[in-house]
Amino acid sequence: MVDSAALFPRAPSRTLLIGIGNPDRGDDGLGPHIVRALAPSLSGIVTPIIHGGDGATLMECWQVSDHVVLVDCVRSGAAPGTLHRFDARRDEIPCDFFHYSSHAFGVAEAIGLSRTLKRLPERLIIHGIEGSSYDWGSGLSPEVARQVDTICRLISEEVRPSGLLETATCQEHHHA
Amino acid sequence: MPHEAEKNRTIKVDYIARVEGEGALHIRLEGDQVADVKLKIFEPPRFFEAFLRGRSWTEVPDITARICGICPIAYMSSSISAMESIAGITVDGQLRELRRLIYCGEWIESHILHLAMLHAPDFLGYQDAIEMAADHPEVVKSALRLKKLGNTLMTVLGGREIHPINLRVGGFYKVPTVGELQELRSELVWAQGAAIDLLDLVSTFPFPAFERDYEFVAMRHPSEYPLWEGRIVSTSGLDIGLEEFFDHFEEEHVAHSTSLHSRLKGKEDYMVGPMARYNLNFDQLTPLCHELAEKLELGPRCKNPFKSIVIRGIETVYAIEEAMRIIDAYVMPAKAFVPAVPKAGRGYGCSEAPRGLCYHTYEIDGNGIVTAARIAPPTAQNQRSMEEDLRQLVPGIAHLADDELTWKCEQAIRNYDPCISCSCHFLKLEIDRG
Repeated sequence: MVDSAALFPRAPSRTLLIGIGNPDRGDDGLGPHIVRALAPSLSGIVTPIIHGGDGATLMECWQVSDHVVLVDCVRSGAAPGTLHRFDARRDEIPCDFFHYSSHAFGVAEAIGLSRTLKRLPERLIIHGIEGSSYDWGSGLSPEVARQVDTICRLISEEVRPSGLLETATCQEHHHA
Repeated sequence: MPHEAEKNRTIKVDYIARVEGEGALHIRLEGDQVADVKLKIFEPPRFFEAFLRGRSWTEVPDITARICGICPIAYMSSSISAMESIAGITVDGQLRELRRLIYCGEWIESHILHLAMLHAPDFLGYQDAIEMAADHPEVVKSALRLKKLGNTLMTVLGGREIHPINLRVGGFYKVPTVGELQELRSELVWAQGAAIDLLDLVSTFPFPAFERDYEFVAMRHPSEYPLWEGRIVSTSGLDIGLEEFFDHFEEEHVAHSTSLHSRLKGKEDYMVGPMARYNLNFDQLTPLCHELAEKLELGPRCKNPFKSIVIRGIETVYAIEEAMRIIDAYVMPAKAFVPAVPKAGRGYGCSEAPRGLCYHTYEIDGNGIVTAARIAPPTAQNQRSMEEDLRQLVPGIAHLADDELTWKCEQAIRNYDPCISCSCHFLKLEIDRG
């Protein structure tokens, strides 16, 4: 069996940094953008993963790590660029914050199901950034782009205390 | 709730959950009679057929794969077959077997996602898989592991599980080693038992007593259960080559849907998908599947769309068995693909997506540039049948309170495992009782 350990090599000392989204859909590309921006400076500290948001494969990803930081663009009605931070072990994750993924089984559902099945990582932090524009090929909106440095700093501070220096290779998992 | 036969009513559901894509359903009742049913698909048109024009014939499989994150192999296989029919090449032997193997992976991951995570909650009375998981954690864990096996097959053969990148006109870019496939075998052995357990469970679900004389349409191959190739056959005796598809089927635009509605000429609606395949190809299933169908008292014919969940279970068992067969007999081919050169012409391709017939036809010029493309996805073909199911189902259950009636209507739509974003994303349902 090629198990999740083969697909997502276990690195218990590392934090998984998962960026959700589609780089070609405006602010939805924020997650991948942040992961790419942070991967060099956090090499050896995080395992960077770019992910399309399919809930089932997301659950597989975080089965192999005790610490996960996830970044995604959200839509809650707040002002564009607003930062939201959730601790999945402590906070309820509003389902309607996240874009529906394939067959409506996305980020919030993966967190909910993992919690029910007692498969949540020891620590799962979700950074959600309010988006405003999702047009094809439009890049990040100015409101979201202005927050990139702040998000990178917050995540760096969160994950820096642990880890050995290794070269991180960015994994990519996409959906429709 | 009091009987409301005397009243007219509209029932609305803003989002039918647990389907892929965006659409709405509106049902207007006058007493117990259905005055109007509209499956309103407002998913923005995606214009694939238009932007494929001007692209190279070798790019088409990778572009059409993007039509769907759940069933990319269906779109890749149909477009590849169409291009190969133009080039006049035949892909057989181990390369053909590997194509069936990756399709088995797609069937497993797609069928299990729908059966266990999206459809089973309907029968067990849960809002979603998360609620179901609280009472049935082992079922959900088993389903997640099965789905992962399907994804792993896709990854090993396709390079990644979603939108694979290793399929091409003529075969593959790189073929797996015997060892890479053998690594999957022990998990397939586990999966067979787990899929049969899941099948046993879904067969005990309470099924509404509803049947319809469907015109089933599926592919048929002389010696195997249809996946990648075959002719197109139907319940009423249609038996045609792929080039004849649009002689017998027509598509029309209706105001309430951004997906084209298909019809079999002379008939109003027809059904594609697991039910159609099963009814038209039962004899091609394995002895194990026959034994399971007999044990579950399903028989070789099934006209109750709610039992499609059981048929998806049988097809999952089939896909696992077929995957084992292919892996056990696998010898790594010397070449990963059959070379092909373009020539001007029209080609046809069709395969059995998890949701049914996925039909493609293309024209290319002598340089291999696409000059015309036409794709008939399974959910577009099933739209009329979904509406007709509701037209016939609702009068018998019109006495139900709005919330129960709405639930049953959503469940009836989910019988089809519709993939709305394929067909042209959310489904809004409204039942109008006047």
